[in-house]
Amino acid sequence: MPSLGPDMEAGTLVEWLVKPGDWVKRGDVVAVVETQKGAIEIEIFQAGQVEQILVNLHSKVPVGTPLARIRAEGGGALGTPAAAPSIPLSVPPLVAPPSLPLVAPRAASGVRASPAARRLAEERGIHLSTVTGSGPAGAIIYADVERVGETGAPSEKKRALWLDLAAMRTAIATAMARSKREIPHYYLQHQVDVTACEQWLSQKNATLPPDRRLLIAALAIKAVALATRRFPAFNGFYRDNKYEPAPTVHVGVAIAIRGGGLAAPALHDADQLSVDDLMSRMRDLVQRTRSGRIRSSEISDPTITVSNLGERGVETLYGIIYPPQVAIVGFGKTMVRPWVIDGAIGPRPVVDITLSGDHRVSDGHAGALFLAEIGKLLQEPEKL
Amino acid sequence: MQQQRVQSEAIETTYREAVREAIRDAIKRDERVFLMGEDVGRYGGCYAVSKGLLAELGPERIRDTPLSESGFTGAGIGAAMAGMRPIVELMTVNFSLLALDQIVNTAATVRHMSGNQFGVPLVIRMATGAGRQLAAQHSHSLEGWYAHIPGIKVLAPATLEDARGMLWSALQDPDPVLIFENVMLYNMIGTLAADAGPVDIDKAAIRRPGRDISLITYGGSLWKTLDAANALAAEGIEAEVIDLRSLRPLDDATIMTSVNKTRRAVIVDEGWRSGSLAAEVAMRIVEQAFWSLDAPIGRVCSEEVPVPYPSHLENAAIPQVPKILAAAKAAFGAP
Repeated sequence: MPSLGPDMEAGTLVEWLVKPGDWVKRGDVVAVVETQKGAIEIEIFQAGQVEQILVNLHSKVPVGTPLARIRAEGGGALGTPAAAPSIPLSVPPLVAPPSLPLVAPRAASGVRASPAARRLAEERGIHLSTVTGSGPAGAIIYADVERVGETGAPSEKKRALWLDLAAMRTAIATAMARSKREIPHYYLQHQVDVTACEQWLSQKNATLPPDRRLLIAALAIKAVALATRRFPAFNGFYRDNKYEPAPTVHVGVAIAIRGGGLAAPALHDADQLSVDDLMSRMRDLVQRTRSGRIRSSEISDPTITVSNLGERGVETLYGIIYPPQVAIVGFGKTMVRPWVIDGAIGPRPVVDITLSGDHRVSDGHAGALFLAEIGKLLQEPEKL
Repeated sequence: MQQQRVQSEAIETTYREAVREAIRDAIKRDERVFLMGEDVGRYGGCYAVSKGLLAELGPERIRDTPLSESGFTGAGIGAAMAGMRPIVELMTVNFSLLALDQIVNTAATVRHMSGNQFGVPLVIRMATGAGRQLAAQHSHSLEGWYAHIPGIKVLAPATLEDARGMLWSALQDPDPVLIFENVMLYNMIGTLAADAGPVDIDKAAIRRPGRDISLITYGGSLWKTLDAANALAAEGIEAEVIDLRSLRPLDDATIMTSVNKTRRAVIVDEGWRSGSLAAEVAMRIVEQAFWSLDAPIGRVCSEEVPVPYPSHLENAAIPQVPKILAAAKAAFGAP
């Protein structure tokens, strides 16, 4: 059971996507685990053949518990536990894996659904909150679930109920309280004229179909990712009283979830992606996060976080660092302000960019240079 | 036992005549078989089922009894234990209450109490049901009560084939079999193969196949349920109608196969709702097919009042097509 966050103690195995005898390669999604953050897809870090499943469905086991046994490619030794990159804890299992798991589908609280609908949804991995009911008293019935299966992915607009918002709130509370308790934050703010970005985007989007159009958020994330290359003190982890810069840039993207949830899964290697790719990956990430399907590496990997309040937000936000990261960059909404250009005042689109930095790792001076670098990168969007 | 149907000519007949033919055939085929009961001989039976049989078969085989249900039911039990194959006719289920001790405490238990030294191969026929304005003391549907009792079998023929064919099969059973004939069916006209014979007595029958809802019933309610199914079809709901035929034992397999397919069930049972056979069927569905259900199981039973005498109130008290329709539609979300 991988650790999917600093405060995760245990997870519930809700779906196996492999069975003994299957061949797997690094990066394959092999299982789905339910945590306080929702259902997370677990990737495997070891190529080989699945030898034995060690944890049954619906068992809750502590972080570090081997989930399956993989025989390494080429007939190597047994004993590599799957998907357990973190240090295993020597905690006894909370629940002994049952020899015969009950076949009863788990009830999603608050959803009125028939037994037949529940069973089908369980079989097909469809969450009932994504289904509209047409049965007695609006209950979800078998045919409703069947229809979802036919039309493909459930609507993004509906919040997936397997995102247990109460549990997510508890996890946020724990992480944020720890952050404010342990991390000496400093805050910097920088106003950036984004005329160049807006022009470039409108030009580019004119030729793109609506579902591929770019948002300024994609430019912002790319600019932050590139800036960390020159300023590695903002991209990494502070653990055991020392800072470890990260060799790669995985930008955590803060994603609000309807009803009051928040997650910041990683856009992997954001500095390497083209803006187009970054945008499509971001769309995918937002959609999967809101439907409750985040991959394990996306939860545990972010090396820095970007929070963008977008058009519906306010001008300025001051973020709280997500430990063990050491920085969070905030983007307010674009405001048209009076701006001095070549000695004259004119209207310009301006964004407030903020940095919350970990003073144990960096100082305000470095932070200012980092913010300025982001602002500079945004002046030449075509080079991002 | 399968009914033989080899290119046989169909004859028009009634449920009453089909039962009569079954009795005549059994008495002719097996010298151990005889019919006894109140008014079965000279009067021809209170529902005229045995009319003419006394003259044809003689007083040894068609025996009038005193008005003493407990007495002649007990005599039937004794005759069965001694090797005969009696058919005891109780006028109606209401009067069977006078023989309840003989049926429940003796017929159903003798094999057990005698350490399997004696069995009671007895058939008891009786009329059941309301609808003839016979008022509260003569309109019961208590077959569900008898279906509670281990040691006996309970049959409810609803069709001409079953009226004709169940009696012989019941007589072959080594233990007591109760046959409930709904009073509203005796006049039912239909066609029956001229060589119609014995039918199995342990399987439910699909009287109308359908994919959307299972309507489970038996006896006199079968025809109302089929009418309801036709009305539902006009609205695009294809109901499957199951005729239980045997109320004890119940054919769980047929019920569950149907419900697993349709995912909805309504049980139509002329018994009163509380503690009814409908309750037993519904609970078995919950036990065995819960994860197939798409809607709460519905029940159409009799109103929990003594069955009224006035025709309009009597009709209102027992299951009718509009109530079956409403219950079926409720399973699809209709208010």
